[in-house]
Amino acid sequence: MKKSKQFWPFMIAAVVVYAVVQLLISNGMMNQFYSNTLIFIAINIILAVSLHLVIGITGQFSIGHAGFLAVGAYISAILTMKLHLPFIVAILVGGIVAALAGLIVGIPSLRLKGDYLAIATLGFAEIIRIVFLNIDAVGGAAGMQVSHLTTWTYAFVCLVITLIVIVNFTNSRHGIASISVRENEIAADAMGINTTYYKVIAFAIGSFFAGVAGALYSHNFYIIQPSQFGFLKSFDILIFVVLGGLGSLSGAVLSAILLTVVSTYLQGYPETRMIIYSLVLILVMLYRPKGLMGTMEITDYFKLWRTPKGGGQHGK
Amino acid sequence: MENKPLLEVKNAGIQFGGLKAVSNLNLVLNKGELVGLIGPNGAGKTTSFNLLTGVYVPTEGDILFNGERINGLQPFKVTRKGISRTFQNIRLFNELSVLDNVKVAYHSLAKHSIMSSVLRLPSHFKGEQEMEQKSIEFLKIFKLDIYKDELAKNLPYGQQRRLEIARALAAGPKLLLLDEPAAGMNPQETKDLMDLIAFIRNKFDLTILLIEHDMNLVMGVCERIYVLDHGQLLAEGSPEEIRNHPKVIEAYLGEEVHDVNA
Repeated sequence: MKKSKQFWPFMIAAVVVYAVVQLLISNGMMNQFYSNTLIFIAINIILAVSLHLVIGITGQFSIGHAGFLAVGAYISAILTMKLHLPFIVAILVGGIVAALAGLIVGIPSLRLKGDYLAIATLGFAEIIRIVFLNIDAVGGAAGMQVSHLTTWTYAFVCLVITLIVIVNFTNSRHGIASISVRENEIAADAMGINTTYYKVIAFAIGSFFAGVAGALYSHNFYIIQPSQFGFLKSFDILIFVVLGGLGSLSGAVLSAILLTVVSTYLQGYPETRMIIYSLVLILVMLYRPKGLMGTMEITDYFKLWRTPKGGGQHGK
Repeated sequence: MENKPLLEVKNAGIQFGGLKAVSNLNLVLNKGELVGLIGPNGAGKTTSFNLLTGVYVPTEGDILFNGERINGLQPFKVTRKGISRTFQNIRLFNELSVLDNVKVAYHSLAKHSIMSSVLRLPSHFKGEQEMEQKSIEFLKIFKLDIYKDELAKNLPYGQQRRLEIARALAAGPKLLLLDEPAAGMNPQETKDLMDLIAFIRNKFDLTILLIEHDMNLVMGVCERIYVLDHGQLLAEGSPEEIRNHPKVIEAYLGEEVHDVNA
């Protein structure tokens, strides 16, 4: 079908990007700072896209994503540091445990709507953080030592898999069902869609990839502390999704790249960093109130160029 | 009346706190009938629909569909049993295309799993293609196929109403509940709608329950009419009987009929 035609160009682009960066890194032409930034961008894209599935596609306003990031980070760190399992196993198990946590959190709280769901998920994320804070085996507030295992290869492969899974999910009957839940839950229900099922599934898939991102995140620094997974982290991820445009995957990807780059560069100016960062957000929201991409995808723009007559009908 | 009725509502009612929104509702719908449900504003018509479709769970009485008790079932399960509906205030999936709106209704008929979609297995392509073909064929019946890639929110009002009916039909119902389908339509559009209702009823072998305020439409197409007032069933009968029913005139048609008689 038409979506699968986009698959091979996407894969080719992915391989080219990967190969170029990997070549630069192995030649030593790209220093540690840049390669770290790239890994960080990849992690943030995974987070943004996984939350996009929950908020942008299924319309469930969850602001506890950092909780699942924490689960993935800690579980994977325990696996590599205490049980000495290979990193790849740690990534997978981190994702699976985060998905289970997502199910446990999601099944009761997804009965709630809007603001109430937001508060419930925020609360759950704080509970997860405080649980890790109080387990001495993972270092409590002092944090846990983690060896640096995340490489560009791991980060990029995880990113590509995340994108493929979420795009394929979205462009299927399951994706349309999820969007129908976002658009009008009562009507979706009346059309025979099991709305609870799709909310929980989207939440679990989103949590899984947040867990994967957590595994990459913890093994990218030398130490993890519960304070890194506070609600501000949840808001950072939320901002990626909202700034990119709710419902737009490419928007989430773009804004994750943009904001990661901006905040990395601003680290040189710690006094003004948050001011400038906030100004960027305010400006984008003033001039692009529906987010960078609105509800459009990058591929829509290609279609616009190819078939001028069909394009304008998409609206804003 | 041959064998058992398609829908049988026995003394159903619902209470919100101290307010009895609907009580002692008794409806019988036989296969193939087109029945109207009328009543003044706030009489409990839409609440009755919500009872039938599982949005509300009746606090008393029973609802039998094909002889099977369906009260207490979740709305999506009721739909899968074969009751689908439209809404008084249009509830389309605005940001989805017209085609996708219909595809949502075909959702429960397709079977490919999430795994097969994520891994893009052959069953995914087969299932999606089937859904797409069926949906397009369906849109053609309603002459909506020219709009198929348009977002639902961009359709003109009358077409949105048509799309809502099309979507409800795509879910494959035996019983279709239409909640004020002619609301906000001009006389010409209302007439087209009447034709459409008659057409789909024959084509899909449907039983239809219709809520409507437009008396021309109700009296014109319905074979039987139930009248609700203050959550109670007031009268039942043919359009002719209802037109002349003293209680109905009092509760509902009151002033107009006096004017006519004067």
